[in-house]
Amino acid sequence: MTQPDVAPLAPPPPGDRPAPTDVIHNIGYRKYEGPRLGRGYARVSLFSQSLRGAYGLGRSAKSKVLPMILLGVICAPALIMVAVAVFTHMDKLPVAYTRYPVVLQAVITLFVASQAPQSVSRDLRFKTTPLYFSRPIERVDYVAAKYAALATALFMLTALPLLILYVGALLAKLDFTDQTAGFAKGLLSVLLLSLLFAGIGLVISAVTPRRGFGVAAVIALFVITYGAVSSVQGVASAQEKYHVIGWLGLFSPITLIDGFQTWFLGATSAFPDAAGPPDAAAGFAYLLVILVLVAGSFGLLMRRYRKVGLS
Amino acid sequence: MACTTTVGLVTVIATESLSKRYPRVTALDRLTVDITPGVTGLVGANGAGKSTLIKILLGLAPASEGRAAVLGLDVATDGAEIRGLVGYMPEHDCLPPDVSATEFVVHMARMSGLPPTAARERTADTLRHVGLYEERYRPMGGYSTGMKQRVKLAQALVHDPKLVLLDEPTNGLDPAGRDEMLGLIRRVHTDFGISVLVTSHLLGELERTSDNIVVIDGGRLLRASTTSEFTAATASLAVEVTDSEEELLAILTAAGLTVQPSGHLLLVDIAEDETYDLVRNAVAQLGVGLVRMEQRRHRIAELFTDDDPTTTAPSEEGEGRDAA
Repeated sequence: MTQPDVAPLAPPPPGDRPAPTDVIHNIGYRKYEGPRLGRGYARVSLFSQSLRGAYGLGRSAKSKVLPMILLGVICAPALIMVAVAVFTHMDKLPVAYTRYPVVLQAVITLFVASQAPQSVSRDLRFKTTPLYFSRPIERVDYVAAKYAALATALFMLTALPLLILYVGALLAKLDFTDQTAGFAKGLLSVLLLSLLFAGIGLVISAVTPRRGFGVAAVIALFVITYGAVSSVQGVASAQEKYHVIGWLGLFSPITLIDGFQTWFLGATSAFPDAAGPPDAAAGFAYLLVILVLVAGSFGLLMRRYRKVGLS
Repeated sequence: MACTTTVGLVTVIATESLSKRYPRVTALDRLTVDITPGVTGLVGANGAGKSTLIKILLGLAPASEGRAAVLGLDVATDGAEIRGLVGYMPEHDCLPPDVSATEFVVHMARMSGLPPTAARERTADTLRHVGLYEERYRPMGGYSTGMKQRVKLAQALVHDPKLVLLDEPTNGLDPAGRDEMLGLIRRVHTDFGISVLVTSHLLGELERTSDNIVVIDGGRLLRASTTSEFTAATASLAVEVTDSEEELLAILTAAGLTVQPSGHLLLVDIAEDETYDLVRNAVAQLGVGLVRMEQRRHRIAELFTDDDPTTTAPSEEGEGRDAA
């Protein structure tokens, strides 16, 4: 038991004679003596693997198609607007930075619906989760890495067109201060949007190991809530109850973002009659609901994985 | 017994009065066992508490009472550290089909804390050791069961653990694949110097690979001993002759052997090597033809009934439901 750890084919100690030309290479089992980086490193590795996975990198060619198409689709209008702005010497961009994601919300929804189940349902379906939890990482590392990865993927999707608009606006020699302020507000807004959408998408997807159900459920949630909110807002608009319109936005993800940026970032609301949150209470309600949903999503995901363990 | 590099530890796993109770089921019932370095077989029927034990040893489920230590670390407080030093191969499928074995095992190596370059090198090494070559670059969806089991074993070994817990590694394999997997498990200890705890519901296959065998049933320890003691206690010789079974029975019993007639066979308990000679001489003395003389293993069920009367009636609580 106490004998030293000697590999069976270890080379002989160096002698006086030159090394023989025929060397038997030791290809037996080698012990690993190098560093073992801790949980933080594992979390970052899982984060980068999941982030790459959201764009199909490191996966099959087929799984790259949809995210890349969506990325192209969300950037195309920005490129066109920029081209028009540069060549026609406009004095402002046709669409505000904060309005852009609201207009293209369908693309963002599709991205969440396709990539959130990809990120978590697969591990449940193929029962890969036990392999994670039999390693040093804890539940919170797994949840945090997956959440951060999808939120980052969404941020990249939503911030890239804003960046194109910003660069284009500078090329078109629009006012630097205005544009920079608008761009910064847009980034803050899509950051919150990414956190909110990622959280909701992951919670729904983590319920089912079936990817198809996850995709359908996420699309249904975003489309139905938005449809319901905007039709009721339409009714309220017809009856000229503008403060009701402002409160109704609390009930769907994209209108939450719209209400938030209208009150806090001075954006023009996309609600009917541009009727954003009517007063400070409503404005803060938007922020509060967004934060509660983000924190609640994280909490629900933690709960979801409490039971997963090994089986 | 071959002693390689599983350090100077006396025990790799030690449990003391370890119990796990669920609201309606007792999965482990005051289990006290010491497991020494080497290959240890953990035998038990489905629902005997094997998976629950593994879960507790990895620090993933708290014990209801009692204590357990893995590699000298307390499972209740040092779970993360234990999981860094231990490899785990689950019983069920756990491989995503659209990823290659290389990519998957590299990812799992990084999850265990290996830096990127080391993760790649160790993955290549480990996959070669488990016998996966060119196929390792193809998506795992197209692999045979045997290849999948090898990848599952590789991900448990890639971070060079001190101990691996293998849950039913031969499940679903054909006889040839089973033999290969058992040989590989043996090598994990003899060539790699890693201690192994391997579970199975088949005693026979563990006898060939394990240095020690632990039998649990209904969450209780039935028996823990070295394989050689075990085999001596459980092996019997099936003898078939062309004629005169009764006379042969009488002669063998007179020679001091324990013999049970079973149909047209005589089952002779193998006490020592001379048993074979005694049977041969007795048959020659009678002048009858010897049709067959072969070693038989007792099945686990027989083992339970052969045992000490106090442990023969395992508690029924753990039965009927896999506690996993």
